[in-house]
Amino acid sequence: MDSIAGKKSGLTWAVHISVAALVLLWIFPTVGLLISSFRTTDQIVTSGWWAALFPAVQNETLRTADPDDFRVARDGMFVVEGNLYVVDGSVDDAADVPAEISAWGTSSRAIDDYVAGDTADLGDGEMITVQSNGDYVWVGDEEQLSGRGQRVFVTAESPPEFTLDNYRGVLFDPANREGMSRAFMNTLTVTIPATIIPILIAAFAAYALAWMDFPGRALLVAAVVALLVVPLQLALIPLLSLHNDIGIGKGYLGVWLAHTGFGLPLAIYLLRNYMVGLPRDIIESAKVDGATDFQIFTKIILPLSFPALASFAIFQFLWTWNDLLVAMVFLIDSSGETTVMTRQIVELLGTRGGDWEILATSAFVSIAVPLVVFFTMQRYLVRGLLAGSVK
Amino acid sequence: MSPALQGLVTIIIGVGGCVAYFYFSNQLLDKVLFPPRGPDAGRNINRANAIRPWLFMGPAILALGLYLAYPVFETLRLSLTDRSAGGAFVGMDNYTQMAQDGKFWEAVRNNFLWLLIVPAMSTAFGLLAAQLTDRISWGNIAKSLIFMPMAISFVGAAVIFKLIYDARPEDVAQIGILNAVYLQLGGDAPITWLTIPFWNNIFLMIVLIWIQTGFAMVILSAALRGIPEETVEAAIVDGANPFQIFFKIKMPQISGTIVVVWTTITIVVLKVFDIVFAMTNGQWETQVLANYMYDKMFRANDWGVGSAAAMIIMLMVTPILVWNVYNARKEMR
Repeated sequence: MDSIAGKKSGLTWAVHISVAALVLLWIFPTVGLLISSFRTTDQIVTSGWWAALFPAVQNETLRTADPDDFRVARDGMFVVEGNLYVVDGSVDDAADVPAEISAWGTSSRAIDDYVAGDTADLGDGEMITVQSNGDYVWVGDEEQLSGRGQRVFVTAESPPEFTLDNYRGVLFDPANREGMSRAFMNTLTVTIPATIIPILIAAFAAYALAWMDFPGRALLVAAVVALLVVPLQLALIPLLSLHNDIGIGKGYLGVWLAHTGFGLPLAIYLLRNYMVGLPRDIIESAKVDGATDFQIFTKIILPLSFPALASFAIFQFLWTWNDLLVAMVFLIDSSGETTVMTRQIVELLGTRGGDWEILATSAFVSIAVPLVVFFTMQRYLVRGLLAGSVK
Repeated sequence: MSPALQGLVTIIIGVGGCVAYFYFSNQLLDKVLFPPRGPDAGRNINRANAIRPWLFMGPAILALGLYLAYPVFETLRLSLTDRSAGGAFVGMDNYTQMAQDGKFWEAVRNNFLWLLIVPAMSTAFGLLAAQLTDRISWGNIAKSLIFMPMAISFVGAAVIFKLIYDARPEDVAQIGILNAVYLQLGGDAPITWLTIPFWNNIFLMIVLIWIQTGFAMVILSAALRGIPEETVEAAIVDGANPFQIFFKIKMPQISGTIVVVWTTITIVVLKVFDIVFAMTNGQWETQVLANYMYDKMFRANDWGVGSAAAMIIMLMVTPILVWNVYNARKEMR
């Protein structure tokens, strides 16, 4: 609008800022989970995930080594040298210290009296120097350097730290305690046939509804539109009994059939709408040339309908991958061998409710595949939504 | 046989079977039953063309009938019978039994709350996002990020938001952002957000709003782009300010699309199950119809009342169903 009017107003800035705020608000929850999945258990419980983005500032109380054991005589004084973190046991070697000391003190009342590299005068010639990596030199006479080590209060900054251990544990742990790697395979097993089979069935039906003349065609289209919104909740009990009666029971075959049935209305609707829009000339000249309907369909319509087929494939893939209800009713039996990821995550929410490193990682494993599909095939998804927004 | 292999075999059998069915049934029709040769060639072509549509649609009609149409009637029948009495007809008993259940009315009340709030908020946010992102250079990236939650499962979203609503004891650091902010702003003690009746419903709805806004945005953004430039230009020439242009020129022209978005989200809301199931499982007065139905059918094993609850969902969908069919038929003419 502004560009049409030929003026750029302050409003443009307001728009940029509002969109930025909106986008941040919308990705914030997902980012939180993603970052949490790369943090260790300790980090997750001691600070919010947003703290992981910034260097963590920590106040610690450390101690020098015991002077009775470690002091050495030098120039008539006694000296204890070492590294505060090595003494503490948090690192093995002074070169590996992750944190950087910014301020330190020797009294709990004044923990930031000195900066790194300063020398504190403890009175009567006793002195201690602390470097930013925790190296210290403590100098004093025999009486001063005795008993326990000198306490040093440090304010240290450690850089953000991330780990892949959670993913290693959830996906590749041979004990497979969380059951996610098996659930991943099961989800994949459910998803792929449940995506491909309805496409094929729907494509033929859509062609008939779009390009063949027969009595009752309008009625059938109306029926498809009606079935688009029928809640699948209605189908659970009748179909489960049916599956039990004909001997399928709970299992992959049942869940494939169910997903095929539930996905068909959208598939037929999307594909028919697309096929109706194809140019009539092509089809008619093919007919004149003696092509049968079967040939027209496989040689002309199917290749031309690729965008619509891709749209529906993405929908169906996302829907079957993310589904919980259909899998719980038609697939997962009491043995739990065939559990899918969504079900497994709900299970973990119940049993491992506080273990966010497990939950976040498991959830992200299940979210990752749809997200990849989403970002690579977004064009088709949008096109499909626009064509099928009746659902 | 390993499930993956079984899956592969199924794909081959399923796809191969489908292709074989379509191919051979057409061959049968054209070569054996009604060959376009001989004295009856003309009549045979007509006959074959009359049968062919049904060959093409056969599997689809079978699947739709068995998996969607038949269950509607079967559920209706189940809701009028009693399973423990060997499937005897009991009239409206299941419905009256359900009407006396407090949990049912709680579910109905909550469902209405969901119906009021979620479609309205998703559409409003979607419209806002569509209008704003259409005007800036990085709008497509912004859209794609707001659209992203569409790809995330309800269960995944439940985990994401459980982390946001997480509450820890007062004396340790809060890891849920909501409580962290709340304490920063001067709150006394961390709150377990999902257990406060009434408000916890809102916290569950936020999850669905977060997911559905992207959908609303994509559809509405396309509608906004479809508005003829001239109408907007004319308004600018007449001295309309951006807000007047949006509310008085653009909104009326996309009202049809807004209705479509609204009804589509309404249907999603009516079927909402996973979010409630994963986050509260209907505790603390957050029950909704779909979860109530699941509870009755698969936990209490009461098919009668469960089917009655499913019929209530069907009843609530019916107006939209009729409206959609009406519109589709209008378009076809």
